[in-house]
Amino acid sequence: MKHLADNIKDSLIVGGVAFLLFGPFLGLQLTNGTSGNLGLATRPMLLAIAVGLSIVARFLLLLWQDHRTTRVPAVKLAAAVAKSGKYVAPALLIVTITLPLIPGIDNSYIDLGVLIMTYVMLGWGLNIVVGLAGLLDLGYVAFYAVGAYSFALLSHYFNFTFWECLPLCGILAAAWGIFLGFPVLRLRGDYLAIVTLAFGEIIRLVITNWVSLTGGPNGIYDIPHPTLFGLTFDMSGGPGTVSNFFHVDPDPSQRTTFLYYIILALALLTNWVTLRLRRQPLGRAWEALREDEIACRSLGINLRNTKLTAFAIGAMFGGFAGCFFATRQAFISPDSFTFIESATVLAIVVLGGAGSQLGVALAAVVMIGVPALLQDLQIYRMLIFGIALVTIMVVRPRGFISTRTPSVSLGKAKIISSDMISEGHG
Amino acid sequence: MGDTLLTVTELTMRFGGLTAVNALSFNAKRGDITAVIGPNGAGKTTVFNCITGFYKPTSGSIAIAHTPGASMLLNKLPGHAIAKKGRVARTFQNIRLFGGMTVLENLLVAQHNELQAATGFGVLAILGLGKYRAAEKAAIERAKYWLAATNLIDRADDPAASLPYGAQRRLEIARAMCTDPVLLCLDEPAAGLNPRESQALNDLLLKIRADGCSLLLIEHDMGVVMKISDHIIVLDHGKKIADGTPLEIRNDIAVISAYLGEGDDDDPDAPIAETLAAAE
Ligand SMILES: Nc1ncnc2c1ncn2[C@@H]1O[C@H](COP(=O)(O)OP(=O)(O)O)[C@@H](O)[C@H]1O
Ligand SMILES: [Mg+2]
Repeated sequence: MKHLADNIKDSLIVGGVAFLLFGPFLGLQLTNGTSGNLGLATRPMLLAIAVGLSIVARFLLLLWQDHRTTRVPAVKLAAAVAKSGKYVAPALLIVTITLPLIPGIDNSYIDLGVLIMTYVMLGWGLNIVVGLAGLLDLGYVAFYAVGAYSFALLSHYFNFTFWECLPLCGILAAAWGIFLGFPVLRLRGDYLAIVTLAFGEIIRLVITNWVSLTGGPNGIYDIPHPTLFGLTFDMSGGPGTVSNFFHVDPDPSQRTTFLYYIILALALLTNWVTLRLRRQPLGRAWEALREDEIACRSLGINLRNTKLTAFAIGAMFGGFAGCFFATRQAFISPDSFTFIESATVLAIVVLGGAGSQLGVALAAVVMIGVPALLQDLQIYRMLIFGIALVTIMVVRPRGFISTRTPSVSLGKAKIISSDMISEGHG
Repeated sequence: MGDTLLTVTELTMRFGGLTAVNALSFNAKRGDITAVIGPNGAGKTTVFNCITGFYKPTSGSIAIAHTPGASMLLNKLPGHAIAKKGRVARTFQNIRLFGGMTVLENLLVAQHNELQAATGFGVLAILGLGKYRAAEKAAIERAKYWLAATNLIDRADDPAASLPYGAQRRLEIARAMCTDPVLLCLDEPAAGLNPRESQALNDLLLKIRADGCSLLLIEHDMGVVMKISDHIIVLDHGKKIADGTPLEIRNDIAVISAYLGEGDDDDPDAPIAETLAAAE
C-alpha cells in the first residue's frame, strides 16, 4: 500500500486533465437565447460526473496494475493461450466454412462475414510487415486502394474480368510496394511510420484529383461481379446465369455466398503463404530483422532486400483484398481508402497480437463484427469500441495472443513468451 | 605461422573532430589468434567496425586474402557483403542476439544466404519443391556441430533471451561461426565471464583456430590474451604503440605505460595494469 499516496496523487492529476478536456465539451452548452441569438449555459453536474469517473477509473486502474505484478508468470499464461489455440483455430475454421450453409441464415450475416474476412485478410497481409518484419506501416490502405483501382480501371477501360484481374492486382500492388519501399525503408521507427502514412494519403489524393482517369471523388461504377466459370449471378435467371444453369430460383444470397467463399479462399491463401514463409529462410530473416537489424547485417543479410520482400508480399495481399473489395461493392471511390482504414487494420494486428495469425483473426471478428452487430446502439458504438481498445492495451499490452511458436526445433517446440520478443524498431 | 590473411593499411577513422583511429597499419596471419588490446576508448571497437563494414573508413584500406596471394578489399564491399563475400564474421561488445528466437533459429538465420539460395526465390520452398529440404537439413547439422562445440545443445529450443549471460556469449560466437568465416572478430568475448567460463572460452577459441578459422580478438582479460594469442597489437589513442608476440609485448615498456597512463584510464583498466605489471 506504499503506492497509495502516489496513486491518489496520480488520480487527481488525471482528474485535472479530465476537467480541462471535458470542460468545454460537457461543461458548456450552446443554447438558443431569447432574442434568437446564441446563449451559453453551463452543466456543472455533468462535468462533475465525468471528472469524478475519470478519477475513479484511473485509481482502479493503478490498483489493478499493482496487483497485476503478482500474477501468474507470463510464460504459463502464454502456454495456456497457445494450447487452447490448437483447438480454437480449427473450430473457428469449421464455423467459418459452414456458416453460409446454415439453412435459412439471413443474407446480412453472410455479408457481415464477407466484411470481417476482408479485414482478416488485410490484417494477415499487414501482419507480415508489422508482426514479422517489425516495420510500422501506417499506410497499408495505399495497397488496398491500388488493388481496388487496378481492377476498377482495367475493367472499366479494357473490360477485364475479376478472375483476370485478381493476379494482376496483386502484382501491381506488390510493384507499388517495392516502388514506395525503396525510398522509405531506409527510415526507421517513427520516421518510417510517418512517411508510410503520407504515402497512403498521397495515393488517395492522386486518385481523388486525377478526375479524367479515375472519376475523382465520384468514383467508378458498374465494376463487374465475379463469375462462376463464366456463369453470372444475375437476378434475371436468363441463360448464362447460375440459377438457370443449376435450375434453382435466383436469390441474392447466392452471390453473397459465392463472394463469401472467394474471400475465405483468399484469406486462407494469405494465411497459408504466411505460415509457410515463416518456416522459410525469408520468414526467419524477417523475424531476425525485427529482433536486431545490426546483428542481421553482421550475418550477411541484405537488409534492404529483406525489408522490400516483406513490404512487397504484404502489399500483394493488400492488392488482392482491394480487388475483391471492388468486385464486391461494384462501386469504389476514394472515400473507401482513408487513413481510418489503415488505422483499423493496424489496430487489428496490434490488438490481436503482432505475429499471431489466430490473434489477428479473432481481433478482426471482434473489431469489425461487434460494432456491426451493435448498430442498434448507434451512438454508444464508438464509446464501447474505444473502451474495448483501451482495456485490451492495458490488460495485454502485447496484443491478445502475443506468444511465438519457433519455426524449427530439434526436440519438442516450446512456446516463446512475449517478454522475450522484440517489437522491432522500424 | 602462415601467410598474411588480413592487411590493414593506414586506416584512419574520424568522427567529426575526433580521430578514433589514426593511420593504423597491421597484419593478421592465417591460422593465428591476433589480439588487439589497449585502454578503453583506444579505438579497438572502431577498428572492428571498419573491418566488418559498419563504418566506412575515412581513409586507408583493409584487404583479406582468402587464398594465399589473392586479395579482396573489404572497405569496397557493401555492409552485408562482408560476411557473405568477405567471409568475415563478428560478435559485439554488447551481445546482439535474436532474443525472441530460439538458439537453433539464431544459428539458422546465420546461414540465411545459403538457405535462401536453395529456396529458388522462395517460391519453390513454399510449394515444398526443390532442394530446400536437404539444404535445411545440412544447416541444422552445422548448427548442431557448433551447439555441441559451445555446449549449448541442451538449450537448442530455448529462446536466446532466456540463456544466462555466459551462454549468450557462446551463442553469439556459434552464430558467427555458422556463417562459415575465414576470419572471426570477437569484441571482448570474455567480458563478464567467471573464471571457469573464461577457461571454456579459451578452449573454444583454440578449437575454432584448429578448425581453420583465424581470429581477431579484442580482450581486456590479459589471462586470456597472453595464454592463447599468437600475436598482439596494442592500441592507444587510435595509434599502434606496440606489435609483437605475447612475450615481446609483456616486456614492452610502452604498453605498460599506456595502461598505467596518467588519468585518462577508466576503472576497468586497473586490473589489466596489475596483471601486466605482475606478468613482468
Ligand atoms: N559512432 C561514433 N561516433 C562518434 N564517436 C565515436 C563513435 N564510435 C566510437 N567513437 C569514439 O571513438 C573512440 C574510440 O572508441 P572505441 O573504438 O569504442 O574504443 P574501444 O573499443 O577501444 O574502447 C572513443 O572516443 C569513442 O567515443
Ligand atoms: Mg570497445
